Amino acid sequence: MNADAETVIDVEGLTKSFDGRVVVRDLSMKVKRGTICGFLGPNGSGKTTTIRMLCGLLTPDSGHGTTLGFDILTQADEIKRQVGYMTQKFSLYQDLTVRENLELVARIYGVDNPRKAAQDMVQRLGLHGREDQLAGELSGGWKQRLALGACTLPNPKLLLLDEPTAGVDPKARRDFWNEIHAMAADGLTVLVSTHYMDEAERCHEIAYIAYGELLAHGTVDEVIDASKLKTYTVTGDNLTELSGKLMGKPGVDMVAPFGTSLHVSGRDHAALDTTIRPYREDAALHWHESEPSLEDVFIELMSRAKDNFQKEPAPQKETTL
Amino acid sequence: MSGPSRFRWHGFWRRTQAMLIKEFIQLKRDRVSFVMIVMVPLIQLLLFGYAINTTPRNMPTAVLLQEQTDIGRTILKAMENTQYFKVTRVVITEDEFDQLLKSGDVLFGIEIPAGFERAVRRGDKPAMLVVADATDPVAAGSALTALNQVAQIALQNERGLPMPGGPLFEFRTHARYNPAANTALNIVPGLIGTILTMTMLIFTALSVTREIERGTMESLLAMPITPFEIMLGKIIPYILVGFLQAAIIVAIGILLFGVPIFGSLLLLAALSTLFITANLAIGYTFSTIAQNQLQAMQMSIMFFLPNILLSGFMFPFAGMPKWAQYIGECLPLTHYMRIVRAIMLKGAVLSDLRYDTLALFALMLVAMAIAIKRFRRTLD
Repeated sequence: MNADAETVIDVEGLTKSFDGRVVVRDLSMKVKRGTICGFLGPNGSGKTTTIRMLCGLLTPDSGHGTTLGFDILTQADEIKRQVGYMTQKFSLYQDLTVRENLELVARIYGVDNPRKAAQDMVQRLGLHGREDQLAGELSGGWKQRLALGACTLPNPKLLLLDEPTAGVDPKARRDFWNEIHAMAADGLTVLVSTHYMDEAERCHEIAYIAYGELLAHGTVDEVIDASKLKTYTVTGDNLTELSGKLMGKPGVDMVAPFGTSLHVSGRDHAALDTTIRPYREDAALHWHESEPSLEDVFIELMSRAKDNFQKEPAPQKETTL
Repeated sequence: MSGPSRFRWHGFWRRTQAMLIKEFIQLKRDRVSFVMIVMVPLIQLLLFGYAINTTPRNMPTAVLLQEQTDIGRTILKAMENTQYFKVTRVVITEDEFDQLLKSGDVLFGIEIPAGFERAVRRGDKPAMLVVADATDPVAAGSALTALNQVAQIALQNERGLPMPGGPLFEFRTHARYNPAANTALNIVPGLIGTILTMTMLIFTALSVTREIERGTMESLLAMPITPFEIMLGKIIPYILVGFLQAAIIVAIGILLFGVPIFGSLLLLAALSTLFITANLAIGYTFSTIAQNQLQAMQMSIMFFLPNILLSGFMFPFAGMPKWAQYIGECLPLTHYMRIVRAIMLKGAVLSDLRYDTLALFALMLVAMAIAIKRFRRTLD
């Protein structure tokens, strides 16, 4: 029972398909209280669908589990009262002002003195002076702040944030993450989906999903170690040519340019070394073994998942709403 | 699906109120809708109230005068006094007469034959030919009725005529509740119903689909608010809107068209509210079924047409075949049409209107039940 209270998200075997297309397949994951869990994966990998299942907005075809101890299949009402969900697309009322939107949320959740709660949130978000502006007239960064404010206003125990920083400038992104960390320190659990690697590295743990399947879950270091990836960073001339030569060779799982260098990675260390041996003798190239980056790991995971997934990658219903 | 009842009802009004406030603010911001609320009843009532007239006036009439006599002149004078006819042409040959009717220059032709006066004085009951352009039977019908009566009265006042008690034509009409056959008395109460049906349907038919299309439904569904609360929050503001519209129409009806209200204004207001709510519930139901705003509009129009044609607004209800009457009974406007005409023109009280009131209530409940059932609580 004690361990349960600490596990905020605990789901097993979640599967969901739309029109016969499997979007999430047999997904199981646990997230502990106070954790910021980064949810990563390519577009259309099933992140939004998973998040929606966790807060009762979608019913899984199969699988079961709990969010905050409430059954995701039967206790959606209880879950909704304690979960703040920030949608990928801005989904507050564009024709209501900042204050009106916040007051609406406060009233629906039954917050005492909604007027004051909204005003406090305006202060906290740094939106003072804009409280009477229509939400639709706010810039992207301010909309994102408002959306975050709206979903944190009722003091939820779990935040589900779906690509909250897409299209937001770096300064706003940093402020946003500072805010998230401050809230997590108070015991709030956060599941946040993102495409940004720097954001992934700000999370306590990460979950990587591709083609509907959870491929990796753990801290950044754990995920990198688990990948068993050996990576070389190559600098020098004609890297594009080299990239073409190495691609698809035995032991080479991934070749990717990073600025002026090239990352060459593979899981079969011996085969990788054999393949690159002739090129290491090229004086124009400088090779050194490096720690694989999170991005290396993800790109490799994704290409591997694609190989397993012989079919066309399932296009997603993620943003049809 | 549903949480424990504790959650269901705890804070019910608070959440409904939250929704209500939101809808009011949105309505206030939506200038176009706001103008529509006032302008639609105003324009439609003025337009239709004045334009639709089944007892038209001053219809162009030609007279074929084959003799110049006092009686002929008296009849023509009396005809013009009815205001139905306006003698625009007087001709003396039949060819001219036929041509005028054929070309549509006149709607009526009246032939006073040669020897007419002599025949009348002798008591021969001569025939006076009245030719009507019956392409519009409604227009022709009432004018012909009027003509017949007027001609008799006119001749009775003429001196020196034998009064054998045998009038030229035997037509007896009696227009009860609307003795002057004033169309406005019929049209105005009916317009209250049709205008309310149209505006109420459209307002709520778009309410849910709009939220889905704008993406705001996802936020709303993620919050702890029940479908019933959402429905009430969306319907109640428009009850007030509908009430305002009804008030505008009734006020214009009284002030401009002289429509009387023989019954209780309070009863009219109460039953109008019921009718408004029933229509809002039906519109809301459409919006839970439709996939997008366009579909919702199409469904509303599909529903609106039979309301107009089968409710007794345009055509007499009793004249429709049985199956059409059954359909008519399922439409709120049919019942409201009876209610509003009965209250305004006949001074009916609630006990007279039991059946129609209950029918409206039942229709409202059925629509609400379907709406709640159809409302998608998830994004599946």
